[in-house]
Amino acid sequence: MKHCEYQQIDPQALSTPTPTLPPQHAVVQEEKKGETARRKWEVFPGKNRFYCDGRIIVAQQSGVLPLTLGLILVTTVLFFVFDCPFLLKHLTVFIPAIGGVLFVFVVISLLQTSFTDPGILPRATPDEAADIEKQIDNSGSSTYRPPPRTKEVMINQQVVKLKYCFTCKMFRPPRTSHCSLCDNCVERFDHHCPWVGNCVGKRNYRFFYTFIVSLSFLTVFIFGCVATHLALRAQGGRGLMFALQESPASAVELVICFFSVWSILGLSGFHTYLVASNLTTNEDIKGSWSGKSGTEDTGNPYSYNNIITNCCSVLCGPMPPSLIDRRGFMPVEESSQTVATEIELAAKNEINVCQLVLCLSVFVCMAHHHPPLGGQLSGLCSVLCWLMSKCTQGTKDLLESASRSPCPQTGKPQTVSTSCPDSIDPADPAVTFNPDVTSDPDPVAVPSLKCGGRHHSHTTSPPDEPRQLHHHHHNRHHKTRSARSSSKRAALHISNPAYNVSLSPPTSPGLGPSHGTGAEEHVRDNFATLH
Amino acid sequence: MATEFHNLQELRQSPSLATKVFIQRDYSEGTVCRFQIKFPSELGSRIERTLFEDTVKTLNTYYAEAEKVGGQSYMEGCLACATAYFIFFCMETRYEKVLKKISGYIQEQNEKIYAPRGLLLTDPVERGMRVIEVSVFEDRGSSGSSPSSNVSSGISQR
Repeated sequence: MKHCEYQQIDPQALSTPTPTLPPQHAVVQEEKKGETARRKWEVFPGKNRFYCDGRIIVAQQSGVLPLTLGLILVTTVLFFVFDCPFLLKHLTVFIPAIGGVLFVFVVISLLQTSFTDPGILPRATPDEAADIEKQIDNSGSSTYRPPPRTKEVMINQQVVKLKYCFTCKMFRPPRTSHCSLCDNCVERFDHHCPWVGNCVGKRNYRFFYTFIVSLSFLTVFIFGCVATHLALRAQGGRGLMFALQESPASAVELVICFFSVWSILGLSGFHTYLVASNLTTNEDIKGSWSGKSGTEDTGNPYSYNNIITNCCSVLCGPMPPSLIDRRGFMPVEESSQTVATEIELAAKNEINVCQLVLCLSVFVCMAHHHPPLGGQLSGLCSVLCWLMSKCTQGTKDLLESASRSPCPQTGKPQTVSTSCPDSIDPADPAVTFNPDVTSDPDPVAVPSLKCGGRHHSHTTSPPDEPRQLHHHHHNRHHKTRSARSSSKRAALHISNPAYNVSLSPPTSPGLGPSHGTGAEEHVRDNFATLH
Repeated sequence: MATEFHNLQELRQSPSLATKVFIQRDYSEGTVCRFQIKFPSELGSRIERTLFEDTVKTLNTYYAEAEKVGGQSYMEGCLACATAYFIFFCMETRYEKVLKKISGYIQEQNEKIYAPRGLLLTDPVERGMRVIEVSVFEDRGSSGSSPSSNVSSGISQR
């Protein structure tokens, strides 16, 4: 198991470090132990990012949250600047007041949805995982590990299957699902919303609902006010074109509101239905309780069968606290676990491991497709594998050692890019390394991962649910798709942070949404298995 | 709390951990936080069944109180919505207050009942509300030089 590889490295547990690691790794660990106590968010195993010393949590990719915020801000500002003065003069002062209140509600609920822990379940401790494994082995066959592990429980006289999460090493509680984009199990998982850049789960569903409802009101309100404004201006036979010429910003607002009001109203209506029947988007899409599977009496066991009670329990229920305790300090006796997580942390926070591996795998691809490179392919592969084994020890070490490593072919200390100087065309876009560009790593290049990082994605975490949600439910998010396709075009211009000696925290790290199957962790699995 | 140990273990700060027993969640009533009252067999010799079951039942009562959807939670929810959820920055929610009571109760139970018997309850909130972890420490006169390292090395070999 992946984490245990790193636990063996812990100097406390072993008398000597494993011989495959260079001595500087042990030195790095000693230094890390000597640091002041870390907060738990710093060693969080999921793919979230934290700000303000753990107070704010967001998903790894912000998705289109900046676009959402930008659209709302732009439309509202244009409304206040160009339409409100006219309407204030001709109609009533309540118009800007109501607009202001709605705008405040929308922005605050959006920020709360985005920055609140959605109900992430912390991963099982090794002792718990071992205990569960023991129970499973006792109950099932001991000769082979049966594929998907499930446990059946009775909830309100109805049989519900609980699935085993291979990433978090526990049986998921009911209504909990694993989000592959965030690599966390989330309680009462609704969906991963790219518009807010976060999962929507038990703790932030009420914020999300407030956001979409208030946004519907705001959109309809602005649309109505702008239409009224233009109608008033066009009075007296002057015509709509005249009105538009006098107030062109209103045209912009009209267009934005017109195109967004349908989807937002639809989404609000859909979620109102879900709230009233105490369902999640996940359950609704999978048809868990609608009897599609053919069995009778598959009603929703969580519903109170009363619309008002359902609404109150979902929206006005008690607010559970965050279970991941972001700002707590790591206890000293868990230092053996933090060693493993620190290694992951270093790889995660300083550099996107997959970006580096993608760059290197492109090299291998290039070598495959260029016969003259065949002779140097083995050298590239050995460098690639060696570098991949180093990835998890911390990227700074990696970079320093990579810059110092002798090239297998030329025998000179060189960086990886120049290890095959004669054969790679520097003008080739695949090897254009632009340290300034931090584009989204391409879904196209992910299949080219040579050391089999991808095939692990189906054995560890089941990524189908959120991906289905993303594609079925948010099919109107054409903008995210176009963003993804443009990232495909830009895929070849992969940023290679390996050459960025002065590391800066990744500004927009992360894989494309459809390939956020915890590939980082799976690639790391492979790194571990190479030993 | 520390009973007689081997010489090696006496040098250590803490008594050696023999095993950990996990009380899983009981989902028969839905997603509310409730733990199984089934008495685990590993604790059979260490503590009386009634004492343990009382502890778990009391914990279940506390959690039911925290998650009760009633008048006070509606007031809290509506007030929070009206203030655009700013109230959560200023005020402690009822759930958090009950969790504090629970950790006080667990500490008291540990001091009075479990520690004298070489057991230690871990607050479920530290384990993501998934399990009640009961750490069983080595009893007086039991053999085994370093069971904790055996446990950890057993895990690491998987």
